[in-house]
Amino acid sequence: MDTALEDRLPTCPLFLTINGKPYTLDVHPWTTLLDLLRGDLELTGTKKGCDHGQCGACTVLIDGQRMNACLKLAVTLEGAAIITVEGLGTPEEMHPVQKVFVEHDAFQCGYCTPGQICSTIGLLNEGHASTREDIRELMSGNLCRCGAYTNIADAIEEMLADRVSYREAAE
Amino acid sequence: MKRFTYTRSETVADAVAALAARPQAQFLAGGTNLVDLMKYDVARPDAIIDINSLPLKEIEELPDGGLRIGALASNSAVAYDARVQAQFPLLASAILAGASPQLRNAATTGGNLLQRTRCSYFYDPSTPCNKREPGSGCAAIGGLTRMHAILGASDKCIAVHPSDMCVALAALDATVEVVGPDSARDIAFGDFHRLPGDEPQRDNTLACDELVTGIRLEANHFADHYTYLKLRDRLSYAFALVSVAASMKIADGRIVDLRIALGGVAHRPWRDPLVEAEYAGAPAEDVTFQRVADRLLLEAKGLGDNDFKIPLARKAIVRALRQAAGGTPQSQTIKAIQ
Repeated sequence: MDTALEDRLPTCPLFLTINGKPYTLDVHPWTTLLDLLRGDLELTGTKKGCDHGQCGACTVLIDGQRMNACLKLAVTLEGAAIITVEGLGTPEEMHPVQKVFVEHDAFQCGYCTPGQICSTIGLLNEGHASTREDIRELMSGNLCRCGAYTNIADAIEEMLADRVSYREAAE
Repeated sequence: MKRFTYTRSETVADAVAALAARPQAQFLAGGTNLVDLMKYDVARPDAIIDINSLPLKEIEELPDGGLRIGALASNSAVAYDARVQAQFPLLASAILAGASPQLRNAATTGGNLLQRTRCSYFYDPSTPCNKREPGSGCAAIGGLTRMHAILGASDKCIAVHPSDMCVALAALDATVEVVGPDSARDIAFGDFHRLPGDEPQRDNTLACDELVTGIRLEANHFADHYTYLKLRDRLSYAFALVSVAASMKIADGRIVDLRIALGGVAHRPWRDPLVEAEYAGAPAEDVTFQRVADRLLLEAKGLGDNDFKIPLARKAIVRALRQAAGGTPQSQTIKAIQ
């Protein structure tokens, strides 16, 4: 649709907390959380892969739970706390999950990595994984077309083995 | 995506009234199916009624020992609920066999019941589809039919219902609670989803002005002998080619009560209570299981590409009944099939 025309269509007020920062926004009801993050807010760490909930590249944490940002209309998230990869760490001070991904070379092209990292944090929050098989199954919502799965599973296995340092980092 | 207006309802009565006022509106809960269909222009509501604020998230114990699951309880909340896992492990197992953790966190119980088929022709508005556009024809018939129905199809539609959760709910004889503008009613799970017949646009018997508010499960003591066996093109995060939800009660080596529902084979979870009743009293052993499989698949018809589903379903049924009888349910994590 023509952008100028689109701009004149009605919007809805929306309050969100993104990476700890409050945002008072006006959004079109058809804007997905993914398009809001990447477009208006220029938080392009979250990636658009398939845009249909099939690849997991857009995984973010919504009120602590990992979800596909491409399938959430932003307007339905009034009051929610969103965490994206930008909210996890910095190049100087990486999040423990980011560190362990680097240590294990758990990516090749890196496009799926923000989603893999957010998904890993979701998996750790959920607490249902204790074996490598659990990791493989509970990370199946994140595709990696480079096929870095073995190293991703290695990285997460190390995180599971070292839950204490993860909990400390989360506090 | 077609442009639409947005309202948020806070109560069930408000939501139902909002739908009555806008017949082209649709309720939106987790969005994992509807938002996707809107992106493909398959669903084109002119108004969205956001029902995520309705008080329908609870899982409650019922006086008879069963459970009531609110329509907005997420698939994850249900699958990992300790009471569901203890009393209805078949349901927990089936949910964990479906989708991905991200999708299960967002998807709701009511939405899972109402999800549309994944027939690729249904998803492609450039092709005819009687489900998407009644009377336009069916591009799947004569097309690529590998994923399509082997039971209960019609000459109007050969699509299959995609849910894993619903296959377990069919085997467990759940009850669907719905509310309309004037009254509330219960729908037996077996009466909820329908076969395509001449009206494949209707997936279920919910009236167009009704809202699913929850499901009820009666205490049924099938937790000892059950399994959910799902066969698919990859080991996780794929729709079923064939799935089997099986549970039984066994005494002295004989089947006392048998429940078996199939997924991936028909327009609704496929169950035949007459066949189940026929085998009450039969020995819980392979010969019986093979006969059950033959009876359930007696009317099965392949369309060419999906012919393989018939022998696959036969073997899956026997294997699932063996797992259920042995008290060795299929792990949804370790994928080797015992």
